[in-house]
Amino acid sequence: MMELVCPAGTPAALRAAVDAGAHAVYCGFADETNARNFPGLNFSRPELAEGIAYAAARGVRVLVAINTFPRAGDQAIWHRAVADAHAAGAHAVILADLGLIAHAAEAHPGLRLHLSVQAAAANPDAINLYAEAFGIRRVVLPRVLTVDEIAATNREIEVETEVFVFGGLCVMAEGRCSLSSWATGLSPNMNGVCSPASHVAYAEVGGHNEARLGGLLIHRTPKGAPVPYPTLCKGCFTAPATPSGPAQTGHLFEDPVSLDATELIPKLQKAGVTALKIEGRQRSRAYVAQVVRAFRAAVEAADAGAPMPAGLLAKLTEGQAATTGAYAKTWR
Amino acid sequence: MDLTIGPIAFFWPAKRVRAFYRMIAATPVRRVVIGEWVCSKRLPFWQQEIPGAVAHLLAAGKEVALSSLALITLARERKLTEELFAAGLPVEIADLGALRHLPEGTAFQVGPMVNVYNEGTLEWLARKGATRICLPPELPLASVATLVRAGRGAGVAIEVWGHGRVPLAISGRCYHARLHDRAKDSCQFVCEQDPDGREVQTLDGDGFLAVNGVQVLGQAHTTVAGQVAELTAIGTGALRLSPQIGDFAAIVAFYDRITQNPTGKAEALARLRELMPGAGFADGFLAAAPGLRRAG
Amino acid sequence: MTRFRRPSAPSRLPLPPLAAQAAGFALTRLLRRIARRKPAILSRLGPHGGARFLIDLRDSPLLLLMEPGARRITAHPRRAVPRHDAAIRGRLPAFLAMLHGVEDGDALFFSGELEIAGDTSAVLALRNALDDAELDLTEELAAIPGRPFDGWLRRASGFAARQSGLALSRQEAMR
Repeated sequence: MMELVCPAGTPAALRAAVDAGAHAVYCGFADETNARNFPGLNFSRPELAEGIAYAAARGVRVLVAINTFPRAGDQAIWHRAVADAHAAGAHAVILADLGLIAHAAEAHPGLRLHLSVQAAAANPDAINLYAEAFGIRRVVLPRVLTVDEIAATNREIEVETEVFVFGGLCVMAEGRCSLSSWATGLSPNMNGVCSPASHVAYAEVGGHNEARLGGLLIHRTPKGAPVPYPTLCKGCFTAPATPSGPAQTGHLFEDPVSLDATELIPKLQKAGVTALKIEGRQRSRAYVAQVVRAFRAAVEAADAGAPMPAGLLAKLTEGQAATTGAYAKTWR
Repeated sequence: MDLTIGPIAFFWPAKRVRAFYRMIAATPVRRVVIGEWVCSKRLPFWQQEIPGAVAHLLAAGKEVALSSLALITLARERKLTEELFAAGLPVEIADLGALRHLPEGTAFQVGPMVNVYNEGTLEWLARKGATRICLPPELPLASVATLVRAGRGAGVAIEVWGHGRVPLAISGRCYHARLHDRAKDSCQFVCEQDPDGREVQTLDGDGFLAVNGVQVLGQAHTTVAGQVAELTAIGTGALRLSPQIGDFAAIVAFYDRITQNPTGKAEALARLRELMPGAGFADGFLAAAPGLRRAG
Repeated sequence: MTRFRRPSAPSRLPLPPLAAQAAGFALTRLLRRIARRKPAILSRLGPHGGARFLIDLRDSPLLLLMEPGARRITAHPRRAVPRHDAAIRGRLPAFLAMLHGVEDGDALFFSGELEIAGDTSAVLALRNALDDAELDLTEELAAIPGRPFDGWLRRASGFAARQSGLALSRQEAMR
């Protein structure tokens, strides 16, 4: 059966994911060492140890994401995170930074290493480089590849592959995007945040709801209509007319959609994918439980060669369009 | 501190490319990185210009390196990358996957789209043969200073994004094509119509980004014109100037002058504004502020 | 699975039959009890523990000001909006759905069931801290010495029975 890798932003969400049928849960420390460094989220060292014990008692693995890029001069903070995850009994650490991976491979030879999506290893050469140099065991593929390209990649690499199937969707190559720091000074790579809440302001202005990020107007909706969170790549912008075409206003990079690749699970299995990943460490334990339960049913169906259960997640994508993202070539 | 001309980010016709490198050969820059780093679909339209440009630049005494693509996914793109190393010139890698094609013991350079944020990464790359690294533009001065020190010990020269629209993101999706309701595979090379990128504003009409095919750039031109003294003081090796349309020779001359004889911040920026009337300038990244912060 | 739905008919939950001050005292006792039993809430709030949250229940005549760091909730008439750092506005069912983990906070915010203003970070921290705490309001209310909320609870339960989707308890079924 394909392995289901599920998000946990809090100990309660970890327990919810385990109870709902996750094969593995990923989480991070409550600091800048992981890419969901959001207010009120993530794990203290004792919470991680308790979470691992809870999961282990039920046969579930815990993966610790340490997937930001260590700050020059402060690498010790990230080194300590790897050591603490190892000591707490994490099944693996999910890393993105070349230097941190080199350190982990050298200082923790027994520790299983996964290559984070933030490393943006989008071709067999990059993946094999990490595998040969550091013994990486699994790569989380960036969301720029089609299913056919994933299958072709799997034919050329030895390591396991993990792909995102549900949740928020980065439209840029992950780990290679500075849109957030351009607008706010804080970035996923350096600070573990994208379009951070600390720079978000909602306001009602002249009969409209506005959402701003770093003072920049990202969404404006009529009063009464919900105003989306101002994530930059899903914002509303204007491209003035140029020789290449007339002026356009809208979601120039991506519509406010989320990823749902349920229907592609059998194809991903055939493409040699080992694990399916659900995005959403910032979501509630209720959401995690619902999504995990639905996807556990889906991977079991795929394993039995049965059709994908339809409409399982219709409720969770209600009011928000779903896309299969880069897995379909036309998305590009 | 000397000057490097980065690879052209935009889709320019062969004729413009040829004229550009002839002009560069006559400027006081120390080195030039040349090659397609944004979209492999563009390369057939101008790659025939590369040998001539390289020969011309070498004859003018410039150091020349070839750039890889920044996002390598297709088999064809991997083949192109492999061929780069056979050309006999130093290669600047823009995607880590390129390293797998590096012949054993060959020196190489690292471009700003490769994530070098700390000493550990720099030292690993140095052991593999890196001799020069252009840092990611979002790094603050404190990080640059630490990396310059680490580079000194490891034999790596450090370059900083000096001038031009900064690369902020790269994607599997083509935004130029999307603006025309087309997919990347049927883009009809519409990005060629915007030789400096296509500007994107916020709903308030503030300049924000520029779209360049699969790449997103900052709309304002990032400049370190007001930060040359600090960069010199920490021992930065070079400034990278990114090709753009307009009087680029004058821009190069400007940076050559302020790196040789640092002037006051206000005076430097005033001169730059004269050279690019109507343009916006940003300098936030080095100051650990939002990158788009207005220079001055 | 319990789903939260916006009640179709106009409805007003009976409020505790107390003056603003008395309501504040009772709610403060509730908050202190929760803070004592679930210290992780305050540690999760971190730097936002000192924030003042305005809770604006759309159908209530009173506004609530919650100050987690000071372990205090005060009630205020609508004409005298207290100083605050962040505000959460919505109808009681939406608040209770979030509090009890019935509904995802993101979904409630993005669907407009709950509106937020002011310090967005503080609101997210509060939401995440509460989600982790696995609170059960009925349990907490019933356990307060003197049981000042008993009458209100009884009426609210009756109200809940009439209004499908009013979550008065933690939803174990969600697991």
